[in-house]
Amino acid sequence: MSDLFLTILLTFDATLRVSTPLVLAAMAGLFAERSGVVDIGLEGKMLASAFAAASVASVVGSPWAGLGAAIIASCSLAMLHGFASITHRGDQIVSGVAINILVAGLTIILGLAWFQQAGLTPALDNDSRFLSITLPFAEQLAFIPVLGPIYKELISGHTILVYLAFALVPMVWWVVYRTRFGLRLRAVGENPTAVDTAGLSVVKLRYKALIIGGVLCGIAGAYLSTAHNAQFTRDMTAGQGYIALAALIFGKWRPLTVMLACLLFGFLDALAVRLQGVVISGIGEIPVQFIEATPYLLTVILLAGFIGRAIPPKAAGKAYFKER
Amino acid sequence: MTDTLAIELKDIDKRFGAVHANNKVCLQVKQGNIHGIVGENGAGKSTLMSILYGFYQADAGQIDVLEKTYTFTDSHQAIAAGIGMVHQHFMLVENFTVLENVILGSEGGALLADGLEAARKELTRLGDEYGLKVKLDATIDTLSVGLQQRVEILKALYKGAKILILDEPTGVLTPQETEELFRIFGALKKQGVTIVLITHKLREIMAITDQVSVMRAGKMVAHRDTKETSREELAELMVGRKVLLQVHKNPANVRAPLMKVKHLTIADKQGVERLKDVSFELRAGEVLGVAGVSGNGQTELLEALSGILPMTSGTIEVLGCEMDAKHPLAPDRLRQLGLAHVPEDRQRMGLISDFSASESALLGYHTDPKINSGIWLSDRKVEANCQDLMQAFDVRPADPQLKSANFSGGNQQKLILAREMERNPDVLLIGQPTRGVDIGAIEFIHQRIIDMRDAGKAVLLVSVELDEIMSVSDRIIVLCDGEISGRLDACDADERTLGMMMANALDPLDPLKTMDDLQASVKQNAHQETQV
Amino acid sequence: MKRDNRIAWINRLLLPLLNILTAFAVTAVLFWLIDVNPMEAAEVLLYGAFGYEEGIGYTIYYATNFIFTGLAVAVAFHAGLFNIGGEGQAYVGGLGAGLAILMLDPTLGAWVFIPASIIGALIFGGLWALIPAYLQAYRGSHIVITTIMFNFLAASFMVYLMVHVLRDTGQMTPQSELFPTNSWMPFVHDVAAGLGYSIEASPLNLSILLALVCAVLVWFFLWQTRWGFAIRATGKNGSAALYAGINPKHIIIVVMCLSGALAGLVSINELVGYQHRLIMDFHLGYGFGGIAVALMGRNHPLGIILAALLFGTLYQGGAELAFEMSNISRDIVVVMQGLVILFCGALDYMYRPWLIRYLAPVPKQEELSGVAV
Repeated sequence: MSDLFLTILLTFDATLRVSTPLVLAAMAGLFAERSGVVDIGLEGKMLASAFAAASVASVVGSPWAGLGAAIIASCSLAMLHGFASITHRGDQIVSGVAINILVAGLTIILGLAWFQQAGLTPALDNDSRFLSITLPFAEQLAFIPVLGPIYKELISGHTILVYLAFALVPMVWWVVYRTRFGLRLRAVGENPTAVDTAGLSVVKLRYKALIIGGVLCGIAGAYLSTAHNAQFTRDMTAGQGYIALAALIFGKWRPLTVMLACLLFGFLDALAVRLQGVVISGIGEIPVQFIEATPYLLTVILLAGFIGRAIPPKAAGKAYFKER
Repeated sequence: MTDTLAIELKDIDKRFGAVHANNKVCLQVKQGNIHGIVGENGAGKSTLMSILYGFYQADAGQIDVLEKTYTFTDSHQAIAAGIGMVHQHFMLVENFTVLENVILGSEGGALLADGLEAARKELTRLGDEYGLKVKLDATIDTLSVGLQQRVEILKALYKGAKILILDEPTGVLTPQETEELFRIFGALKKQGVTIVLITHKLREIMAITDQVSVMRAGKMVAHRDTKETSREELAELMVGRKVLLQVHKNPANVRAPLMKVKHLTIADKQGVERLKDVSFELRAGEVLGVAGVSGNGQTELLEALSGILPMTSGTIEVLGCEMDAKHPLAPDRLRQLGLAHVPEDRQRMGLISDFSASESALLGYHTDPKINSGIWLSDRKVEANCQDLMQAFDVRPADPQLKSANFSGGNQQKLILAREMERNPDVLLIGQPTRGVDIGAIEFIHQRIIDMRDAGKAVLLVSVELDEIMSVSDRIIVLCDGEISGRLDACDADERTLGMMMANALDPLDPLKTMDDLQASVKQNAHQETQV
Repeated sequence: MKRDNRIAWINRLLLPLLNILTAFAVTAVLFWLIDVNPMEAAEVLLYGAFGYEEGIGYTIYYATNFIFTGLAVAVAFHAGLFNIGGEGQAYVGGLGAGLAILMLDPTLGAWVFIPASIIGALIFGGLWALIPAYLQAYRGSHIVITTIMFNFLAASFMVYLMVHVLRDTGQMTPQSELFPTNSWMPFVHDVAAGLGYSIEASPLNLSILLALVCAVLVWFFLWQTRWGFAIRATGKNGSAALYAGINPKHIIIVVMCLSGALAGLVSINELVGYQHRLIMDFHLGYGFGGIAVALMGRNHPLGIILAALLFGTLYQGGAELAFEMSNISRDIVVVMQGLVILFCGALDYMYRPWLIRYLAPVPKQEELSGVAV
């Protein structure tokens, strides 16, 4: 088994881990935007969830408790966003930005007040974290050429939240395209007045979409601080909420293509990390700052729409007013 | 026809802020009748029906449907009570199929699959019974306006409507499509469906309704049996005084052409041609009317001629300059040359709602060196400019500081016309000048247009109101599906001829027919009509 | 008072006031939740901001930054654009200012250095906004996401430059060499001393005058010129602007570059006026603070100056608070920024229905001729 093959495998392996929060956040954004509500606050919700998960997990000693707290935190912020942009018809982007800034400061202040460390929660021991799961017979089957290592390195050995995230994607697809709720959701994002005249509540549908998004963001944040890492650190989301939005646009608001977009981001990010320290002849070592800048650079390039224009849901971003 | 009342409204009252939209309105609609509700724009008809449909809640009053009293807090309840509504602006999701649009809200279960099957069966049955055939799997954005309206009717029937309310249904239809719609009404009436028709078109009221109620300024002012009244009486009731339905004008003194449009073609972003090979001339001293149902290329024509929309091919010669796809002329350049444009949609384009009147009065002319001193755009000069305009066109209230949104439709339109006309342009493009404007202002506006024409200017008048086109224009061209389907002098024009020209291209009622079939059927229709 | 006037008063004064008070009230609750007495905190905060000369100096010095970024955000808002890239534009503007100074002959006078650094800051700040602007105008890329990305890119870019290119020789910390003394923007306390007044030293420097001049220029530009008219028309109604012969793509580019340039001026206050060298992270927080300031000041230069003063107070007071109380850090100001953006931005009309109903109710008369509301 060649070294190159193993390297590629490990890169894909890292891709799955790095993409997980993106996939979850992008799915959250999908529900919101399909219902007509732009959710810039994905970043803030993830950050708040990460903080909540790490805090509660360290105090209670269970990652599941942390996950529950994360979901509650995220859903509360989703309700706040709904209150501002649905009930009070405020500017959806301003509301999202407000939430992001608010959470950035709040996580530090609360961290200081509760754990006496600005911007950190206590490091979590193994009991308080989600740990990698080794799928059955991973070791034993590793000898099978090609498939064995794929099973052992790539598929097995992730935390449960990773499997959950990728399992959720087909479920999201099914809900959006095969259920009554999905039909109504898509309708309310294209023509809310049509939904209103059909006797349905635009407000309720949008709130439901936001709550679902809140749950998904909660899982994303909990993953960051209790699975991928072992504590909360200041600004640990590092823009992934915005990257998830870019993936959503790039994936044209369809669950499967959005997931692929997230995987692409994850892959390029993992690849960039691999290149750290590598010397390219003629240029020298790639500066670490360039590696760090890669995801953001990619987002801009993809948003520049060189790969086709994306048409969002027609009513996205506009508050719903019963017209006179 | 029994004498059961399908609908009885008692003392319905509704205010929106300072506007008293419905003032103790009473209405009685007999079951199985076709009942018309007429009134000018802003009379309160749509509000009344929206209350009946549960879209708004009345401040006071009682609603009885089929002799049971209801309080509707949302449309869901109204639908359950048997009321269906076809709105003026369709309530359809463009990228859903017909089937998906129909079942929205009545899906029959949490999973879609069963609901879609059931709907398919029922819609096929309804289609056969009432002649409402549509391709169920087509997406709405591929359907013509007439077919989209059919979907709306099917939607209402699918949800069990016994009372069908239609709000200005014929505004977007050709006369032939309107005939087809009335035929459907006949079929529905036979099955005992009650139809309420909201319209301001008196000819239609006289043609098909059994009874008519007249609203004016929020109040219900009269009820009549249709066969015992006339257009003139209804017009007078609508407006409150004797109404002049015709404009007096001298014969035209036509001179040189100021604008020559040659083979103008405009394709939209999806590549669909909105204007196809359009050619005509506009001469000084005449009003050229462009007739046609909304959506047949008029908007694109106006926007291309005023430099807003880029052309795909063809040339436009205007006031000595030429523009084509590679050498466009921007709106400000065209203004400098002496072209003025009153847009079709004043709210969307003609003025800025949040700006004060004086700033809206500057729109398009903000670079005018007479108002700018160097880099300074002085408030005083801007306001003085607005005041001049307001005086010239009797805009009320004559307050330049008042927010543009706070003027009535007619006064907004007068301000825009003042802004464009007072510059003494040589070519004036006007779109829908009297839409949403009260009768007094309509007369004023028509007179001003004639004045410009008498002063030797060239006026292009785009309007969906055939009465307006026929009375104001000197020559008329008809746009249908982006092509000029007919040209004639105004004195030779009547509604039937124009109507036939408006339907000249594809038959929107049956997209399965080929072009040859259509030509034949139009000829056949004409033949049948002349025989009657 | 005419109803229209009352509504104007409600919109321009009462609502913003109520919104800010709500933001403060929520902060007070937060204090109470973390076991801090809100009244005590308020006292410490106000003392820190106004209680002593050095504090006042700091307050106004911070306010200067907020005026620049507030103006930047407001100019963009008037064109209907949300510029969240103030952080990055301020940072890169600093590069422009720094390079201008470092590349000039140190013997030149302040009359050359200071305008040169201002121009450098304006150009670089404007350039950092140019790409997101171009992408929005010509490719439809959402400007909110691209400007945020450019904030992150600025951070990486500047770190790289500071560590590898501009680092002062022999230094461990990434910072540039000291600017020549001729290039320093005079401190206010020095100017005062020259005039015979003695005030405590603080970072407050003449950039505050630059900020006030910018505020006046922005006001004039937006409301007293045809370009400002075109910008405001575009922001209110893109179709009407097109109709009026205004090219929305040009507007997007011009406005964003102007906005970026204004944000870049933060570096004049920070680097030319105080630090006197290029350092890392001098810009942190001012970009986002600018959003809060613009929303609170309702995008009008006068309101922005007042709001900037308030935020300067919070910043300086917050520092004092963090100093006095060990369980609060300066990040409390970030929380307040978020709350102000929430209540003055997204929820800005929350109180409006009640205020209108009780203070400017619809008159009883049936008809108001010719006027619809």
